[in-house]
Amino acid sequence: MLLGAHLVAAVLAPVLVRWAGPRAFYLLATVPAAVVGWAVTHRSGQWSQPWVPGLGLSLAFRVDTLSWLLVLLVGGVGALVLVYCGSYFAPGTEGLGRFAAVFTGFAGAMLGLVVSDDLLLMYVFWESTTVLSYLLIGHTGVDRPNRRAALQALIVTTAGGLAMLVGLVILGEHAGGYRWSQVAAALLDGPLLTVAVVLILVGALSKSAVFPFSFWLPAAMAAPTPVSAYLHAAAMVKAGVFLVAGFAPMVVAAGGAAATVWRVSAVGLGLVTMLVGGWMALFQNDLKLLLAYGTVSQLGLLTAVLGFGTAGTALAGVAMVVAHALFKAALFLVVGVIDKAAGTRDLRRLDGWGRRAPLLVAVAVPAAMSMAGLPPAIGFAGKEAVFAALLDAGVVGRLVLAGVVAGSVLTVAYTARFLWGAFAGRPAADDATVAAGADGSLLVAPAVLAAAGVAAGFGAQGVGRVLSPYADGFRGSADHLALWHGPGVPLVLSVLVVAGGLLLFRLVPAGRSGPRPGGRGYERVMTGTDRLAVEVTGATQRGSLPFYLALILLVLIATAGPAMVAGWPGSTAVRLWETPSHLLPVAVLIVAAVFAVPARRRLTAVILVGVTGYANAVVFLLHGAPDLALTQFLVETVTLVMVVLVLRRLPGHFSQRPGAWRRRIRVGIGVAVGTVMAGVGHLAVSARQAAPVSQAYPELVVPWGGGHNIVNVILVDIRAWDTMGEVAVLVAVATGVASLIFRRAGRLHRRGPVETPSDPPRDEPVWLMAGHTVEAGRRSTMVEVVTRLLFHVILLLSVYLLLTGHDTPGGGFTGGLVAGLALTVRYLAGGRYELAAAAPVDAGAVLGAGLLVAVGTGAGALVLGGQVLQSAVLDLHVPLLGEVHVVTSTLFDVGVYLIVVGLVLDVLRSLGAEVDRHAAAAVAGEPAPARKEELV
Amino acid sequence: MSVSLLVAVGVLFAAGTVLLLERTLTRVLLGVMLLGNGANLLVLAASRAGAPPIVGVADPERMTDPLPQAMILTAIVITLGMTAFLLALAYRSWLLTGHDEVQDDAEDRRVRELADRDEGSDAEALEAPR
Repeated sequence: MLLGAHLVAAVLAPVLVRWAGPRAFYLLATVPAAVVGWAVTHRSGQWSQPWVPGLGLSLAFRVDTLSWLLVLLVGGVGALVLVYCGSYFAPGTEGLGRFAAVFTGFAGAMLGLVVSDDLLLMYVFWESTTVLSYLLIGHTGVDRPNRRAALQALIVTTAGGLAMLVGLVILGEHAGGYRWSQVAAALLDGPLLTVAVVLILVGALSKSAVFPFSFWLPAAMAAPTPVSAYLHAAAMVKAGVFLVAGFAPMVVAAGGAAATVWRVSAVGLGLVTMLVGGWMALFQNDLKLLLAYGTVSQLGLLTAVLGFGTAGTALAGVAMVVAHALFKAALFLVVGVIDKAAGTRDLRRLDGWGRRAPLLVAVAVPAAMSMAGLPPAIGFAGKEAVFAALLDAGVVGRLVLAGVVAGSVLTVAYTARFLWGAFAGRPAADDATVAAGADGSLLVAPAVLAAAGVAAGFGAQGVGRVLSPYADGFRGSADHLALWHGPGVPLVLSVLVVAGGLLLFRLVPAGRSGPRPGGRGYERVMTGTDRLAVEVTGATQRGSLPFYLALILLVLIATAGPAMVAGWPGSTAVRLWETPSHLLPVAVLIVAAVFAVPARRRLTAVILVGVTGYANAVVFLLHGAPDLALTQFLVETVTLVMVVLVLRRLPGHFSQRPGAWRRRIRVGIGVAVGTVMAGVGHLAVSARQAAPVSQAYPELVVPWGGGHNIVNVILVDIRAWDTMGEVAVLVAVATGVASLIFRRAGRLHRRGPVETPSDPPRDEPVWLMAGHTVEAGRRSTMVEVVTRLLFHVILLLSVYLLLTGHDTPGGGFTGGLVAGLALTVRYLAGGRYELAAAAPVDAGAVLGAGLLVAVGTGAGALVLGGQVLQSAVLDLHVPLLGEVHVVTSTLFDVGVYLIVVGLVLDVLRSLGAEVDRHAAAAVAGEPAPARKEELV
Repeated sequence: MSVSLLVAVGVLFAAGTVLLLERTLTRVLLGVMLLGNGANLLVLAASRAGAPPIVGVADPERMTDPLPQAMILTAIVITLGMTAFLLALAYRSWLLTGHDEVQDDAEDRRVRELADRDEGSDAEALEAPR
């Protein structure tokens, strides 16, 4: 629909602006103009489309009288302001494309807000306008007050929006749906309704800058003038008024405490806002700020009148909505013209613009008359209607009327100040204000708005008829709107108001600067929040890793421990051991682990931890897990080699141990964690009720997986996704290790074989290709010979393990580790040159190839019509070899194999060869590889 | 579930935790390795000892549960990768600072000092112009 058009336009806007400059705004203006066209032909309608059915959310839209009116305003003023933008901005203004996009998007969001039927959908649009207005207010984003004003508006309106959301959810959950109609049909009652109403009012009042939230609006005047004209006159601030107007019929009809609270808050706060805002406006010297406070004042009036909730006030209120949108947008635009032409908005420095720009005066005066409530503008008709409606509304109505009259006096006074300040000829305080006359094209938009205000005044009866369906939602009957009601109390009041206002204007000295804007409460909240955050962060984020870990572990103990005790199984058959042969490795493991803790020498600790690993492997073997045992042995060996490679560079002893009490705390936590984990293990196993899923595996693996080794089939077939994830982790780890050690991207090529050994001398027997590069003192012929003999055998073994792993213990992991060990042996015997000779490839290439093979196998199954990683069994008849049994998952295992080899090679190249290089550099007297450069 | 394995699990977790809480990265690394071994044993303890789960070699009735084994196998290799990474970290820390102790985070320390002085962070640099 038209919302979509806004979205498209917003996306296209930056392109258009780059292409056509500010003229693109004229094109963009057609979108909201189309909205107006639609609204003229469609007075009501409904449309809905499921959005998130699971949450009951739908894209539901509807147009009734109230939303129709706002559609007209949003679209009409939007189009005119866009036209205005077209001549307001100079070609080449920075960020204009973004501005155009955000502005158009804002118009769309605003349109969505008023036509949403679903309250949650409305909330989405509501928050969109908040965010987009943040971008618009902070458009220049360079100076601090600008950003601060934008942030303040964002925080205040978002906080209000969240409160409103809670209120909407309370209502919607009770009603079982979030349509306006559903909520109205099944309205809550009792105290909960009061809570919901208050929350929604907080949202509405914060959006409409009603006291006590009014401070953000004047600050937001840092925005470019078209933004102020649109957001702060016709659109965004009206969202709150719209919400008040939308909920007023429901709440007032519901009666009870909620209605009372509603009236007291909306009307009371509205009146306070009107008076305070009007008073503040009277003292402003900046024309734009004057209008801003005037807007605050008017919004207070609208909130009060619409929240009052009789048919008469409802009609008068919506009429005032129309009037306000027309005259305030027009006046803002006029200020923009003055600002642009004169270079200032300070009425102390403006001089005699009335004589220089008669056209401008012709535009501004009717709009200002509407603001002051003078005939023949719509503002007069609206204000008269307000007076009349409040007169009919009993004692309370008359009290409110007194407030409104007082506010109106202020309105007349600041209107006079505006006109006088902008146009009156008087001695200039500064000669520098002389500037070019107003650009005619800029006047089009404000002129149309002002003319519309006057036209609506003359056609007040028609306007009233069109708007009256909204008033029908209330009890009582509404007077019709009219420009001339004949003599009566309202007319007398109007005359009094005008006279009083002009008198007040005379009393206020011209150059006096007004009271400072409020917002101290906001600042106090913000700094308080900041302080609280610092205290909380300081107390919890100590920055100490042991502290964090201890905290996490204590939580584990505190939560899992009691649960474990509470759920302790009464009587389960507890065996002392699985097989008696377990006891020996378990005993070794326990002793090694206990002694590893206090060890002072690094190497001792490492070896003891290694012992626990080997003991683990023995336990695996005895438990009936040969695959695990094999893998564990190999991993433990590779780990030991890796650790020793690094340890040779680190100091031999650990640094000073912490104090005794800290040690005791650590041991205490350790013992508690150990106890809890053992207990949890026991509990988990005893709590088993279902049969293990793996019971069926023995029958499945041969026909489906094509192998006899169940563990291997699980790895490469049944749970191949796990393995895929794992090898991906290995690739990431290898990359991480390399980047930590090589330190610079430029050196990563050293993952490959960069050194080629020189030709060996001819006069000695050659066992290893690079044996001669090792220092004489470190060389061992014995090692070289054994390496020479074993290397290819080990490689062969690794391939064997890989290929037979499907049926017997082995597989890609073990095979890869064995091959890695073969490379390790070569490296240890002959140094990094030997490693380069043994594996003349880049470790990264091996890793990549492995990942490619693994993924390729998985994807290949997909291509062939199976599931990802599904395997197939092929029985081929090959001459000479006879029947060959091939399972595609073996190919996957080849990928795993390559990745493991790549990982080991990568570790050897970084922790081995590169660390060698660092050590050699250190010996050669270079500063330990330039620490400063590291720190940069 | 047998007592001997449970005790082994408990001891490995306890020793691993104590080392994990140290500041020396090498010790932290050893703690992680011990914890890894402990976790593997814990998973293994979920199955009863039995014959190797290879079809044709043993009677399915007597086989141990293969699923924990597959998980442990994955875990063993991941622990290897983790070890390599922590080693590289420890080495790098040594290169940069001359030791492999984990220092308190500087930014966190700054916040702590602010809290001690009862000051705000001024994180919202947009706050009132000074």
